[in-house]
Amino acid sequence: MAQRSPITRRHLLLGAAATFGVPAILAGCGSEAPAPAPGRPGGDLGTVTIGSNASDEIPKKSLDTVVKGFTQATTRINTVDHNTFQENINRYLRGTPEDVFTWFAGYRMQFFAEQGLATDISDVWQEIGGGYTQAFKDQSTGVDGKQYFIPFTYYPWAVFYRKSVWREKGYTPPATLDEFTALARKMKTDGLIPIAFADKDGWPAMGTFDILNMRTNGYDFHVSLMAGKESWTDPRVKQVFDTWRGLMEFHQPAALGRTWQEAGQSLAQKKTGMYLLGMFVAQQFPEADRDDLDFFTFPEINPAYGTDSIDAPIDGYMISAKAKNVEGAKALLKHFAQPASQNIATGLDPGTLAASSQADTSGYSALQKRGAELVSKATHIAQFLDRDTRPDFASTVMIPSLQSFVGEPDEIDSLLKSIEQQKANIFR
Amino acid sequence: MAVKTRRYSARDVTILVIGLGVAIVVNVGLIWGPTLASVGLSGTGWNGIGPIEWIGGRNYHDLAAEYPPFWSAVRNNVLWLGFLGLVATPFGLFCAVLLDRRLRLSRFYQSALYMPVVLSLAVVGFIAQLVYSSDYGVLNAVSGLSVDWLGDSSINIWVVMVAAAWRHVGYVMIIYLAGLKAVDPALKEAAAIDGADERQAFFRVVFPTLRPVNVIVLVITVIEALRAFDVVYAINKGRNGLELLSVLVTENIVGEASRIGFGSAIAVILLVISIGFIVTYLSQLFREER
Repeated sequence: MAQRSPITRRHLLLGAAATFGVPAILAGCGSEAPAPAPGRPGGDLGTVTIGSNASDEIPKKSLDTVVKGFTQATTRINTVDHNTFQENINRYLRGTPEDVFTWFAGYRMQFFAEQGLATDISDVWQEIGGGYTQAFKDQSTGVDGKQYFIPFTYYPWAVFYRKSVWREKGYTPPATLDEFTALARKMKTDGLIPIAFADKDGWPAMGTFDILNMRTNGYDFHVSLMAGKESWTDPRVKQVFDTWRGLMEFHQPAALGRTWQEAGQSLAQKKTGMYLLGMFVAQQFPEADRDDLDFFTFPEINPAYGTDSIDAPIDGYMISAKAKNVEGAKALLKHFAQPASQNIATGLDPGTLAASSQADTSGYSALQKRGAELVSKATHIAQFLDRDTRPDFASTVMIPSLQSFVGEPDEIDSLLKSIEQQKANIFR
Repeated sequence: MAVKTRRYSARDVTILVIGLGVAIVVNVGLIWGPTLASVGLSGTGWNGIGPIEWIGGRNYHDLAAEYPPFWSAVRNNVLWLGFLGLVATPFGLFCAVLLDRRLRLSRFYQSALYMPVVLSLAVVGFIAQLVYSSDYGVLNAVSGLSVDWLGDSSINIWVVMVAAAWRHVGYVMIIYLAGLKAVDPALKEAAAIDGADERQAFFRVVFPTLRPVNVIVLVITVIEALRAFDVVYAINKGRNGLELLSVLVTENIVGEASRIGFGSAIAVILLVISIGFIVTYLSQLFREER
């Protein structure tokens, strides 16, 4: 093992300045240009600034509406393109971040809390904690046992299908992997592509891996695998890829050239039979067809774990370590924790569910009601592969590796060996 | 014998300091500083937030031995250079020669071939998706094939290079066209009188007089091949068969990953390759001038 000698920051200050010159300017452009949303006069807590990644129309409108209901302070929202925000998060949090910013629960939150880039909000949790289940609190807690995150909305992953197609052909949701395979085979003979699939963007295949892994090896294995504590050459991981390879003949071919939106379209156009994706797949359905959309949770593989875990990524808010108005920011987080605030968002965005267990579900669409029911039945809620592990591992190792598996499903052993080597380089 | 020393006035020194100093500061601050910093960082492990750790050559070992995208990126960069240099550039020259012969409608062909040059490569990437997409692409619709042009990692680099060459051909053509117009017609006439046929006249007489243009075109081709980025990034973020060194640098440093030491190591490799071409080119240039 090579000797590690720490280098002081001063030595490479120039390097840092140079390396970050350009991205910092880019990030600066984003964070210094205030969004058109004008400052609203408010109560006595001054001005709270919000850094938002809600650049899509519906999430943006829902955040605007929720913030409008906050009267204790003046608010100013700075909206940055979703992916840009995510990619620049490091530089953003070390530069001049807004007081409150949008982020994700779980490992992705803990990573930044551990680096000292987030403000401890355990006192806020003492006030609003009653509104959340233990699972949500766990996902908001850093490795030091303090809370850093307020869950706002979330969406479950499941297998989606069109009720009208299934009724016509007489399909019923499968309960086990064998039934699932039999159903897929039947769809094939009926001229349907059984499983819609797309992985051009690299992340959708993570959803398939996650669910196969949790069904086969359970939630605890998922967590320790993501934390880098298990070996990827373990027979349990190989089992997951073997199962997946067995299902590959039912997947929509040419997946690496297709986006999830296109795969969602194929489900809407009744060319494919079912699609494992997040509830946001509803966006690809015209308003009139949304009631025709239904789902089932991925069937049992290992009876020891049944269907006790699902992916249901939680979106929410954090306070940056450099926040100027911590008082105001905490008041705003309490506002976000209100069931009424979350209900505004779920009303505007049919692909999301309110994180608070006290939220009013009477206004939910049929799909949202089913989603909430699915989550309440799950014992374990995972955050999705790229939110449950280190960002560098997810983006530079898992995306190329899963794409390579999708391209050549037979090369499992060499692939797992390569993942394990790269994992060892990153988690050290 | 008295040695004559030149004395500089205070004004001379001031002008010297300002004149040279500004240039040196700019040069060091914007070119050598970042370059050396990258080289320095490439020997460290740093996530952009925590402490910087010196890990020696481990990044280089990791990327050469255990990072599969690296070798596909090297291969793709070489392919890119070869394709532009051996296919697109000669084809651009060929078009220029044909157009120089004042065909009917030559203005029209000239504009049609030059048109893609005004598009940025990112836009070319979007157009390529409209053509090559397996579900809604023009190519599959017209030809009746069902090939996954962009998703199949054994063919996607080729079709993307065709898209990049589409733009490169127009660029090269316009430069050669300007060069050909400047060739003295008397040379061609003299060659014809000496009994040279068309081919001989072109390869023995016209082409050698184009030497300065050839150098410019060569430099442009190499630069285009090494900086290729936007077209693949627009298509699939440079993954799954479309890896390029420039993309890997960005993916590791700028993205959420922040593997700054590792990304810098890839950047250093790209630097070494570029320097190889630059040194060859400059030494060639200086040798001639001497």
